Amino acid sequence: MAAIADNVAAPATASQSPTWLRIKDALRRHPTAILGAVALLLLILMAVLAPLLFTVDPQAISPIRRLRPPSETYWFGTDMLGRDVYSRVVYGARVSLAVGLSVGLLATVIGLAIGLVTGFLRWLDGIVMRIMDGLMSIPSVLLAIALMALTKASLENVIIAITITEVPRVVRLIRGLVLTLREQPYVDAAIAAGTGTTRILLRHILPNTVAPLLVQSTYICASAMLTEAILSFLGAGTPPNIPSWGNIMAEGRSLFQIANYLIFFPGLFLSIAVLSINLLGDGLRDALDPRLARTM
Amino acid sequence: MLGYLIRRLLATIPVIVVVALVVFSLLYLTPGDPAAVIAGDIATVADIERIRQQLGLDQPFRIRFWTWASAVLRGDLGVSIFTNLPVTQLIGQRIEPTLSLAVCTLIMAVSLAVPMGVLAAWKAGKIVDRLVMLFSVAGFSIPVFVLAYLLIYLFAIDLDWLPVQGYTPLREGFWPWLSHLILPSMALGTIYIALIARTTRAAMLEVLSQDYVRTAHAKGLAPAVVLMRHALKNAAVPIVTIVGIGVGLLISGVVVTESVFAIPGIGRLTVDAILRRDYPIIQGVILLFSAVYVLVNLLVDLSYRFFDPRIQY
Repeated sequence: MAAIADNVAAPATASQSPTWLRIKDALRRHPTAILGAVALLLLILMAVLAPLLFTVDPQAISPIRRLRPPSETYWFGTDMLGRDVYSRVVYGARVSLAVGLSVGLLATVIGLAIGLVTGFLRWLDGIVMRIMDGLMSIPSVLLAIALMALTKASLENVIIAITITEVPRVVRLIRGLVLTLREQPYVDAAIAAGTGTTRILLRHILPNTVAPLLVQSTYICASAMLTEAILSFLGAGTPPNIPSWGNIMAEGRSLFQIANYLIFFPGLFLSIAVLSINLLGDGLRDALDPRLARTM
Repeated sequence: MLGYLIRRLLATIPVIVVVALVVFSLLYLTPGDPAAVIAGDIATVADIERIRQQLGLDQPFRIRFWTWASAVLRGDLGVSIFTNLPVTQLIGQRIEPTLSLAVCTLIMAVSLAVPMGVLAAWKAGKIVDRLVMLFSVAGFSIPVFVLAYLLIYLFAIDLDWLPVQGYTPLREGFWPWLSHLILPSMALGTIYIALIARTTRAAMLEVLSQDYVRTAHAKGLAPAVVLMRHALKNAAVPIVTIVGIGVGLLISGVVVTESVFAIPGIGRLTVDAILRRDYPIIQGVILLFSAVYVLVNLLVDLSYRFFDPRIQY
């Protein structure tokens, strides 16, 4: 029985592999995408292994040693409370990556669910899409700021606020795909065969949204990290007791002329993180959408 | 055309209604009692109740939304909690710097990005193309405030060519005005340039593969003529579309840029309002910016026919 099951399972994996093969092929053709993937992996490792990377307590204040420029002891200098900027930047990777990945995942899942349902149910479509259009015409940073002004500053609230601004983009993408896919002959065939709506959505439509969704979620991840930094920088984001890259830069704002390293190092890491995700996303898009690959 | 215009205008109504509902709900959901805040520390329960009735805060959501929305339609955005001044007046005082920054950025971005995209498409795969694409991906990745500080450090502190921060009104002279806007526009415009250049390149590549472009080349027309008159004109619609959509990025960026460069505009007003939780201002600004975004994209839609007379509404 097990042997039969294996035999049945084998073609199934083979039929999935073109996507995987195309990803591998594209990564080979796009050295920048590999660069992005490697950089991202290193950043994730840095975030996970933060305590082992010669860091000290990122919150430990030391008033005597405040605003020391970068040196052998303090690689990235110290801030106005004497905290070690290197340790804060390394620990800050945790916040940025957590926000990026959580928003990427949440917005994708929620947007996918709403998009699938609205794309398939005509009567719901008009209402939901008007709401999404409305949400999308509010500039995303402003909407996130307004939502943050409503609640108290916490990492969860930052993630929720940014997710709300990103969901409409996913809904629009998925709905567009569903509208095209539902006209496909195999969907007609499934309907004719008496397949239920839920099953059609899950078995015939959902698998075809995976590729564009994957690309979109990398971009959401990158944009969420930027938005988190902007919110923190403006004082409406992650609470100041958590060392996030945006917070470190916000604290360095007034000291820019005498201690530019407070902006420079977190800014550099944030840019590298966002750049690596964007490069990875571009590579994935080229791999998964051969038509776009030629033009973009 | 008129029929389309009416239909298109009608289609924006639900969008505006949703925006208004969202913006109003923000105030409605605000934690704390505005009446208690306004009444102050020494107010009695009766005072608070009186203010609440005065402001109509004891009414249900539906009625309060209606009162608020009809006031907004009459141009009344409410009163700032902190300064007690009308929100419209506060916005009016600060509109010049923001408008100057936005217009400067828009002009600079479009006049740089479109040629960049055209050049990249023309030399597709060559070093110029690679450089434009590199710039584009980098432009998407560097946060606007990091870029702003880099520019300040390089051009204002190190080279001392331009002022570090601040804003000078246009009536005090063209150069003082412009010199304060160059660095902010560069910081704000980079992501916008990246977006437009990328879309221009993609649209141009699509058009350049058409038969009539080959014919134009075969007729022996100069490459510049083919690029500008035959190709760019036909690639205009997607480019104009992305210019409109990018206004959203521009608005988000204005808030940050004005903070970094200490420009006393609407973005700065917003940030100050957030820090003080001055909700009427936050509401008013979001409403204004969203309306601008919807309006710009409406104009973009209506401009399609100008760029491509084949489009029938």
